[in-house]
Amino acid sequence: MIHFHGVTVRFSEATVLEDVTFDLPAGRFLAIVGPNGGGKSTLVKVALGLVRPLRGHAALFGDRAGAHPERIGYVPQLKTFDRTFPATALELVVTGLRGSWPARVGREERERALAALDRVGAASLADRQLARLSGGELQRAFLARALVRRPELVLLDEPATGVDFLVEHDLHDLLEAYRRECAAEGRCATVVMITHDMAAARFHADTVLVLNRRLMAFGPPDEVLESEKLRLAFGHRRHEHPVAP
Amino acid sequence: MTFLEALALPFLQRALAAGVLIAVGTGLLGVFVVQRRLSFLGDGLAHAAFGGMGIGAFTIVATGLVGSGLALLRDPIWIAVPFSLLAAYGIYALRRRTDLSSDTAIGIAFAVTVALGVMFFSLIPPDANLGVSLMDLLFGSILGVRADDLAVIALVTALAAAVMAVNWGRLAYATFDEELARADGVDTARLELVLYLLAAVVIAVSAVVVGVILMAAYLVIPAATARLLARTLAQMTALTVVLGVVATVAGLAASFLLDVPSGSTIVLVQALIFAAAATARRRGREPLRSS
Repeated sequence: MIHFHGVTVRFSEATVLEDVTFDLPAGRFLAIVGPNGGGKSTLVKVALGLVRPLRGHAALFGDRAGAHPERIGYVPQLKTFDRTFPATALELVVTGLRGSWPARVGREERERALAALDRVGAASLADRQLARLSGGELQRAFLARALVRRPELVLLDEPATGVDFLVEHDLHDLLEAYRRECAAEGRCATVVMITHDMAAARFHADTVLVLNRRLMAFGPPDEVLESEKLRLAFGHRRHEHPVAP
Repeated sequence: MTFLEALALPFLQRALAAGVLIAVGTGLLGVFVVQRRLSFLGDGLAHAAFGGMGIGAFTIVATGLVGSGLALLRDPIWIAVPFSLLAAYGIYALRRRTDLSSDTAIGIAFAVTVALGVMFFSLIPPDANLGVSLMDLLFGSILGVRADDLAVIALVTALAAAVMAVNWGRLAYATFDEELARADGVDTARLELVLYLLAAVVIAVSAVVVGVILMAAYLVIPAATARLLARTLAQMTALTVVLGVVATVAGLAASFLLDVPSGSTIVLVQALIFAAAATARRRGREPLRSS
């Protein structure tokens, strides 16, 4: 499904990713963890075909990265889009169907977009303006946009940032539900999510990738999320908060 | 004579047609200019057109075309348009290939092209009769629009409408979130270049009529007004064009009745509509969320 071989990315003089190699089979839930500035978002952008590696290559679905955008549902960081843009949640979801902004939403598109919003518990937001949605509501709208095209791969860049615990919990449940639904249809849905939440990575993911410019660890959560590997990735010991007696 | 009676006069008909066409062309572009926070682009490209007109006017005088029968070649717009295209490409390239922001790139182009315009206009002998004055270029002469000017404006407006019809959805998507659009295979860099080049042509042709100084108002005020009232980008686009046309007709009528300059009256009418919309928005809407 996702194949990275010796991927190195450099911006100006700074090396952001160095010799990253891994293979992720279809149907997995991969959590990418690592310190800020460790190259997590860059790795996702390489997978999307937005950033071209200086060395090495990235392939998705057996083809070059970026060749099949229609097979990917991407949930970007909320901070990237223009919040003053005059748009409704329904229009945003329709972009997931069209790959362009709708001047007019057709009946069939509206029905599909409403179903996608309903799936994420946001049907009531359809005609609300994006500028008037909370962080959690926006995250649901962006997730509906990603899922409306029934993607084989869902890529999420820090979806829990700026949302409360309940929204984050719902988000994971919705992704699990989508994967179960795909499995029932005989399809594999792969999820790749950047997260800072180690507990969520341990609980929801079946594979974890620890990244700090280089790939520090890749494998099952129980093996990867042990303290020594994380210490190496983050460069210091995690703060321990002992429970009071 | 009432304004309706005066509409029988050919010069006023041409002025009205030119104003409406410019309102449509600049309105279609203005939506993206405002939404992409490129309001300074209108000023920059209008002043690039001024520089191009200076070079064009000097070339016409220096080559002896002023006295020739080749009417079209005697118009400096034919040099101003390619010059503006070059300036637009320069702004685009500076923005894309360096760390400079749009306003810095536009500011550089603005200063250089105005300097060139002033220099070349100063080289033209005072007795050379170009049929267009420096004051006309700076402040516009919508009532002096000729039939061939109108034909060029119509052609450019049709071009702007066609390019926008083809690219509107992808341009809107890229304006909303460039990264998201690129992830869906939209060539956002090419679209940005298309927007800049189209703006250069529309602005160069319109600046002769509206005036270099007032050009940015046509590009920004109707779109900014529509932004206050519209819920979707499609509504904003339609409203921008309608408001631009309404302000042009009302401004021309007011300038005729009050016997005041047309270009500035149109811009002041645009500003009045904007003020009304801003007031209505303040009274009628809840504040936007900040996060």
